[in-house]
Amino acid sequence: MSAATSSVMPAHIKPFQASPLARFGWLVLFAYLLWAMSSLDFNWARFVFGIDNGAKFISRMFPPNFERWDLLVKGLTESLQMAFIASFLGVIISLPLGLLGARNMMPAVITWPVRVIVIACRSFHPVIVAIICVKAVGFGALAGIIALTVASVGFVGKLFTEAIEEISMKQIEAVRATGASFMNVVIFGVVPQVMFRFIGFSAYETDANLRNSTMVGIVGAGGIGGTLFAAFQRFDYDFVLAIVLSIIGLIMIGELMQIWVKKVFRQ
Amino acid sequence: MSTSLLIKNLSKAYVAGKPVLRDISLTFEGSDITAIIGPSGTGKSTLIRCINRLVEPSAGEIVFEGRDMVKLSGGELRAARSRIGMVFQEYNLVERLSVMENLLTGCLGKTSAWRAFWRSFDAADIQRAWETLEIVGLTGFANARADSLSGGQRQRVGISRAVMQHPSLLLADEPTSSLDPKTSVEIMELLARVAAAKNIPVIINMHDVDLARRFAKRIVGMADGHVVYDGAPEGLTDDVLKTIYGGQGWLQ
Repeated sequence: MSAATSSVMPAHIKPFQASPLARFGWLVLFAYLLWAMSSLDFNWARFVFGIDNGAKFISRMFPPNFERWDLLVKGLTESLQMAFIASFLGVIISLPLGLLGARNMMPAVITWPVRVIVIACRSFHPVIVAIICVKAVGFGALAGIIALTVASVGFVGKLFTEAIEEISMKQIEAVRATGASFMNVVIFGVVPQVMFRFIGFSAYETDANLRNSTMVGIVGAGGIGGTLFAAFQRFDYDFVLAIVLSIIGLIMIGELMQIWVKKVFRQ
Repeated sequence: MSTSLLIKNLSKAYVAGKPVLRDISLTFEGSDITAIIGPSGTGKSTLIRCINRLVEPSAGEIVFEGRDMVKLSGGELRAARSRIGMVFQEYNLVERLSVMENLLTGCLGKTSAWRAFWRSFDAADIQRAWETLEIVGLTGFANARADSLSGGQRQRVGISRAVMQHPSLLLADEPTSSLDPKTSVEIMELLARVAAAKNIPVIINMHDVDLARRFAKRIVGMADGHVVYDGAPEGLTDDVLKTIYGGQGWLQ
């Protein structure tokens, strides 16, 4: 048997040989990493110096200080309100956009402009949109709500369009065959097929907005982020920890809400 | 007996130069069941879908209730469509809606979007839906979701939906191809009862030649986009079947 096997094994072809090009690629990547680290002062000595400072910072955070709880509650409430208003507006705007962007329901002349709008909404991080909104309408929750709404349209609009494009066209065909108008086809053919997915997407987006609403405040667009930023600037690190813990609590509530919605509408 | 459907020189090509239907001319009247038989891919489904314009014909006329379907558009087309019931091979019920909602889908042609959204249908239509459910033996299933039913039950809902349209013509695209032999016969009996009760012609695409012989008064055989046989089931000899399907080994 071994004689037969060795006779068919060609001696001049080495198995498991790495290609020279791939080896060169790894070499280049490694060299670039080394260069990037050295140019950014990313080394052990710098880390030890930094960790020393970090230890002092963390020691000043404890114990967390909830004395100014009224400020904390005000910020959290504002973040929560911003998240829900922005999610509601975002979903309401995304409903028609999602339908108009679906290629199985609309001609290309409509789907393309709508898709461009949705992509434009998704192009920038909410914080960048928030900076623009603060410049446009001034400091406060309004700027944050607009920023989060734009982000929601960018995200939920795309998900809605994809959900509509995945529906069964057989059911649509049958509803059309009864002589139903386009709106009736949407109400009886499209909506039943996508409704539960839409509810899931909306809950997910509300959760995401809850996170983002704690952040846009850093650029002055309302919510707990503003309180956090101010606390940092005043070196009130114990209050910072109190805020951070509260945000974690808020996010966990959002997570629970999403689980609950999924459980109720799991069909 | 009045002529309810006249198809004249109908052609359809999905890709230019490759016609699926070539110059079809047929007349339907009375309350008879017509079975269209023929090999897969010969354009039977396309023919059925051209009649209610789910598929756009390339050329020809389809005269239904005195008007050429091909020339209609918008509201007129939808009004004509609502007078033609259609039953599908895979039932095509809206899966997540209840049986009752699927039946009332048959009334959407005359219901505004506002009323459809709030499910505010005419009381008379809802009453008729209950009666129809009783006839097809699904009274207890009114609130069941369509996707919880068996194949035979779903097809009975599909037929009920078509009946709710008050159709003056019933089309069926292979209504029994996804069903077992016993259920197939039950569905065919139901279609025959609808044809007799409503006194309307029924056009059915079929693969099962024996079932076609048993229920149809008239058989249309199609091959390669042409009508190659049009007559009584008795005339459907082995020679004719060979012309329709080609070959003969399968006949033994």
